[in-house]
Amino acid sequence: MPFRFARPLLPAILTLSLVACGNSSNEQAAMPAQTAASTPTESAMVLTVRIGASAPLTGPQAHIGKDNENGTRMAIEDANARGISIGGQKVHFELLSEDDQTDPKTATIVAQKLVDAKVNGVIGHLNSGTTIPASRIYHDNGIPQISPSATAVAYTAQGFNTAFRVMANDGQQGKVLGEFATKKLGAKKIAVIDDRTAYGQGLADEFVKSAKASGAQIVAHEYTTDKAVDFTAVLTLIKGKKPDLIFFGGMDPQGAPMLKQMKALGIPAKFVMGDGGYTPKLIENGGAAAEGAYASLPGVPLDMMPGGKDFAQRYEAQFKQPIQLYAPYCYDAVNVMIAAMQKADSAEPAKYLPLLGGISHDGVTAKIQFDEKGDLKGGAVTLYQVQQGKWQALETLGAAAQ
Amino acid sequence: METFLQQIINGLIQGSVYALVALGYTMVYGILGLINFAHGEVVMVGAMLSLTALTALLGWGVPPALALALGLLFAMLGCMVLGYGIERVAYRPLRHAPRLAPLITAIGMSMVLQNLAMMIWGREYHAFPQLIDNTPHVIAGAIVNDIQIVIFLAALGIMAGLMFVVHRTRLGRAMRAVAENQHAAQLMGVDINRVVSITFMLGSAMAAVAGLMVSANYGIAHYYMGFLLGLKAFTAAVLGGIGNLRGAMLGGMLLGLIESLGAGYIGDLTGGFMGSNYQDVFAFFVLIAVLVFRPSGLLGERIAERA
Repeated sequence: MPFRFARPLLPAILTLSLVACGNSSNEQAAMPAQTAASTPTESAMVLTVRIGASAPLTGPQAHIGKDNENGTRMAIEDANARGISIGGQKVHFELLSEDDQTDPKTATIVAQKLVDAKVNGVIGHLNSGTTIPASRIYHDNGIPQISPSATAVAYTAQGFNTAFRVMANDGQQGKVLGEFATKKLGAKKIAVIDDRTAYGQGLADEFVKSAKASGAQIVAHEYTTDKAVDFTAVLTLIKGKKPDLIFFGGMDPQGAPMLKQMKALGIPAKFVMGDGGYTPKLIENGGAAAEGAYASLPGVPLDMMPGGKDFAQRYEAQFKQPIQLYAPYCYDAVNVMIAAMQKADSAEPAKYLPLLGGISHDGVTAKIQFDEKGDLKGGAVTLYQVQQGKWQALETLGAAAQ
Repeated sequence: METFLQQIINGLIQGSVYALVALGYTMVYGILGLINFAHGEVVMVGAMLSLTALTALLGWGVPPALALALGLLFAMLGCMVLGYGIERVAYRPLRHAPRLAPLITAIGMSMVLQNLAMMIWGREYHAFPQLIDNTPHVIAGAIVNDIQIVIFLAALGIMAGLMFVVHRTRLGRAMRAVAENQHAAQLMGVDINRVVSITFMLGSAMAAVAGLMVSANYGIAHYYMGFLLGLKAFTAAVLGGIGNLRGAMLGGMLLGLIESLGAGYIGDLTGGFMGSNYQDVFAFFVLIAVLVFRPSGLLGERIAERA
């Protein structure tokens, strides 16, 4: 009886999905036609340039991933509004956003999908763990990739001429964090927790190196995952070692409950995170426990940059939420890519890639210039602390702040 | 010693949540021989529903204790409807189909629920209002707060209640009869569909309680929270012997203790060779060891004849 009830639904669902497929394949069929038609001989047509973007849009870091997509989208909409011409043709930029689920395996599938869709460049991925495996696919297909937020040193150390980032790497950030913890906060006994992702582990290792060099003792190095919410076992273990500072290499979904559990267990140590902790959510979800926590973010504070404040206001107006984390970096990444396309007067990856490394662009996060590896030149790092429920900039360290 | 006691407490709190969720898996398995992989998502929906209700109630100025009770009631009712719906839509049409089919619909159901929750409640983490005072109590150097005490006692109470329902009431007798032999139970006048529906609703109501407990304890709720919790609870159910109620409780508590003691002592025991990164490995190693020597779990006996 129930089975018979379910049957008539089946054709309906099939029809629906066919209609849906039909729509998307029409669209896809139309787009290459447009691109094909837009050869210089028919310059009346609009040139479609596809920017691929990838970040986790589902899973525990979906809020940060969506923030990345928003930043990228804003830059693309701005560019379309400005009316850019390349090679004598008007350009229409198009965003192809894919969900990599924070998963290295999915990231490679998504990367291949973007390559197959013939994107002209990629903004992504969010995490180092996804950016590194995906970068090989972009490199093998000659597609320029700018990551807004992957900080693992290994990303640009692979010798890929297609790999760039607009954020200081873990080598720069970990060093600054280690020095800050030991010299400014006076920590002697430090406990480290990392989430075992390429980012968390990489940053924690650089932090440990730097803290040890400054004379601190690492009393414990413990681990969690990027999906866990219970850290009581690890924190209890750490409590027994009586550290005066805990460093966590990871993101805010773990940072906030970790702060709460530290407080619940009565651990008085100071708490320091990298860029993964500098979000409004850490304060919102950490509540009173987040007070006094430290985090770093590469670059200088947004409202000290020309255009930074304006960007933040426009972002909030358009997406009805404050910037989570990397949206301004995504915005800059897109604009750097477009600047290179304009300079080369071509959106062909092979033509504009050689010029990408030499671009100098005044972004909303920093003056963006790349070194020979594709890393951001300069790489200032700003330290923040939660004071009265708000992130307050403490000081900018590292290379020359502008 | 303080650390040891603290790890035991951590383990018991975590374990009582695992146990409550594991009961949902084990009840359905015991009666239908089906693994309801969507159960973890029901926990998540319970947490989200109670969060929505609590936020609204507190906004209207309802006193916290009353808000908590009403929020819990709302989440339990919502999850019971959801549990009934899941069974009606995804499992009942396939009750006589090969075993793989309902397993696939279960996984599908889990994805559907997760994505629906993402659409309704958004991708971000939600802060869970703090309703119970969490001033720490110090017992022999170990710290425990009121939320944790409530979680532990409530879990024990619910488990005792469930045991009473299953072993002392008419409904429980019907449930056990259906578990024993569906056709024979039907011939004896047991309404199988009704018993199965009630089983799903009971399991879902417990899932709602577990969802509220987890979110209240960690102060955080998220559409993705059901996945890992569901997986751990399923492990606990298998460890204790899936299909066996006492097994699920024992398995849940044991898994909580193993995880917390494993993470706390594995580093010292191996001289730093292995650390807390082996926490899950340790838990699953125990699971494998138990299954090698007792393939049907610690307290499971009837599975061999069922399968």
